[in-house]
Amino acid sequence: MNVGLEHYIVVSGILFCLGLLGVILRRNLLVIYMGLELMLNAANLALVAFSRFNNQLDGQVFVFFVITVAAAEVAVGLALIVALYRRRESAHVEDLASLKL
Amino acid sequence: MDWPTILFYLFAALTVGCGILVVANPFSNNPVTSAMFLVLTILWLAGLYVLLHAFFLAAVQILVYAGAVMVLFLFVIMLLDLRAEEKRKIKVFSLVGGLLAIGGIGAVFLGSVLKAQWPLAGAPAIEGGTAPLGKLLFAQYLLPFEIISVLLLVAMIGVILLSKRELK
Repeated sequence: MNVGLEHYIVVSGILFCLGLLGVILRRNLLVIYMGLELMLNAANLALVAFSRFNNQLDGQVFVFFVITVAAAEVAVGLALIVALYRRRESAHVEDLASLKL
Repeated sequence: MDWPTILFYLFAALTVGCGILVVANPFSNNPVTSAMFLVLTILWLAGLYVLLHAFFLAAVQILVYAGAVMVLFLFVIMLLDLRAEEKRKIKVFSLVGGLLAIGGIGAVFLGSVLKAQWPLAGAPAIEGGTAPLGKLLFAQYLLPFEIISVLLLVAMIGVILLSKRELK
């Protein structure tokens, strides 16, 4: 049995659902961030698989851009978390509810 | 079964398994453990990229994600000295809402996978080495490439500004 496009897409979908589960259920800001990374990686896997099975390299170029943007996003996000932690002494989402009505 | 098939199932199982341990680890609530399993997930994903003949992206994945991004994560975790997340009760509302959202996405996804017309597996001849990717990147995608470099500069300046002690 040959491994086709659908196998990769299913793996990517499972990974995306796991990342979403982490974002919704975990309460630590850093672990939520890791869930976001997982979702980005799932999207990357789908893009690479589509690129290979459609015989076009454009998908891989796009993944290259996604990785770059993800790196920038992580740097800015972690700086924000550090600044927040200095002020509030907590990285727990339920302690950061001052915008809540 | 030939080697690529066996390797695909091995890498896919390891990726999903490590992904589960990132999100819900029954043995430890420590963010460091989650980060370590995320590194493993990324490494196995790089293996999947190699199976898809995206060699350059596999190398970039390991260098940038496992090398730079995760080191940044671990650095911040250790800087903040986060101990294990204390057990707080997960609210029933958020649990139900989360499972509903994931069930919905999973159902839509499964429906589209079952309905799709898949191309005949076989004979993709594309190779994601540095030469073809570089040609595409510096000819057709030159403008996005330059914009990305500006974005990195903006992120760099933003991070320096954010990490100053006094935010004005």
